[in-house]
Amino acid sequence: MKEINLTELEAAFQSKLDREIRIEPNDWMPADYRKTLIRQISQHAHSEIVGMLPEGNWITRAPNLRRKAVLLAKVQDEAGHGLYLYSAVETLGADREETIDDLHSGKAKYSSIFNYPTVSWADMGAIGWLVDGAAIMNQVPLCRCSYGPYARAMVRVCKEESFHQRQGFEIISKLALGTPEQKEMAQDALNRWWWPALMMFGPNDADSPHTQQSMNWKIKRSTNDELRQLFIDVTVPQAELIGLTIPDPDLKWNQETGHYEIGTINWDEFWAVVSGNGPCNRERVAARKKAKEDGMWVREAALAHAEKRKARQAS
Amino acid sequence: MNNSISTYTLRIADDSLILGHRVSEWCGHGPILEEDIALTNIALDLIGQATSLLEYAAATEGKGRTADDLAFLRYERDYTNVLLAEQPNGDFGQTIVRQWLFDTFRLFFYEALCYSKDPQLAAIAEKSLKETKYHFKHSSEWVIRLGDGTEESHQRAQAALDLLWRYAEELFFMNAVDHELIAQGIAVDLTTIKPLWLERIQHVAKEATLKLPETNWVMKGGREGQHSEYLGYLLAEMQYMQRTYPGMEW
Repeated sequence: MKEINLTELEAAFQSKLDREIRIEPNDWMPADYRKTLIRQISQHAHSEIVGMLPEGNWITRAPNLRRKAVLLAKVQDEAGHGLYLYSAVETLGADREETIDDLHSGKAKYSSIFNYPTVSWADMGAIGWLVDGAAIMNQVPLCRCSYGPYARAMVRVCKEESFHQRQGFEIISKLALGTPEQKEMAQDALNRWWWPALMMFGPNDADSPHTQQSMNWKIKRSTNDELRQLFIDVTVPQAELIGLTIPDPDLKWNQETGHYEIGTINWDEFWAVVSGNGPCNRERVAARKKAKEDGMWVREAALAHAEKRKARQAS
Repeated sequence: MNNSISTYTLRIADDSLILGHRVSEWCGHGPILEEDIALTNIALDLIGQATSLLEYAAATEGKGRTADDLAFLRYERDYTNVLLAEQPNGDFGQTIVRQWLFDTFRLFFYEALCYSKDPQLAAIAEKSLKETKYHFKHSSEWVIRLGDGTEESHQRAQAALDLLWRYAEELFFMNAVDHELIAQGIAVDLTTIKPLWLERIQHVAKEATLKLPETNWVMKGGREGQHSEYLGYLLAEMQYMQRTYPGMEW
């Protein structure tokens, strides 16, 4: 039997990365590459599922029939994204239920943005416009991620996210160009969501320990700061277009660099929210745990019935 | 303008709107992710049906109101959905049994309404029937899984059926409006649907090992605007934006 040594396997893996050939589930991959992907994709899946809650909060109060239907469709898409992503995690040998238990125990993280409350209808606009807008910036490069199943899931997710972003911008524009009460509601939402949206890209590059390794593995294609800048440059003119003010007195256009410069992000707030002390961390995890616990008897019934049926067919 | 057609259409619309609202409350809280998606999809179909029906009810009413006006700005007594539709979700078993009783009715109802001489109602029925077939399959399969699953699931499904059975009769409510429109070939004669409904319900209940309650105790009133205590809260939530910010566009 031919003995394949680790050095050869690593060389073959690296050669695929160098030639931009996707790594597939049955290919050999370094243990840390696998671990990093399981962590990143399951966090991404959890973010989709937890992300259903702040928007789900407004389905029953949507202001008209059209908005209600669009919001339902959008939140349903997010559940669908969660499904693709959990499936992608499973191709790496992880168990979907175990990764969900990690979410419930607090071991696994999810996007900290979903720990902020949705207190007005304008928040549906701000989430679509800013949160999904930021998510697209993060996810478009992931369509070129070196791991095949993740990259392919992202292609599908990105198509739907761009619809989400547009519907969000449509909601916020309608408000910004509406009555004074509506405009105030829109500005208030922007004030509350702007900074958390910027934090979605993660810590500054200097403080992001995983970035370099993920870039080498071609899981990540751009750094946190690069993506954040891209988002700012795209979003500031959109706010101006609809007459809203970005809540940053230090925001200015730099003619030389061709980029906007922003004030200081409050990283203390970011770390507080990530570590569980945001306004809704407890509620979000509690809601997910409750759904799982309340659904236990349903899942058991489905399994028991399937077994009964199988036994009947066999006899 | 035909107010009988408007009244008739509004009933169908209100069933869809109110039940769609209830089912949408599950979004993000389903017992498994696949089921969360399925329930949200059903809610979306029902809200879609409600929208087409409300548009038609508003047009035939001829008072210049829109579908949104009808959905969000009527008084509680003006909603004519059956009481079954507004009953709370309870546990998943209660939601599924409510849906099953309703979907089975809707299946036969839309099948018949496809032949309505009113082309708009026939068109809405035809489109809705496609969705309803899927809803019916989904809820019937779950009733069987729960009824013939574990001891706990059987008990929960049976309890839900015992609770909701008394609301089923109202699905077959008819009054002068129906008789007038039946004579014109527009409305569905619900007495022809009831045996089909019962036969299908019995068939599924048997497979689910569930017992249909033997009771003559019937709860109704919704079709005439007399609702349970639950509807007021549902409307307070649903109408919140339109009531708080009157006359604005969204």
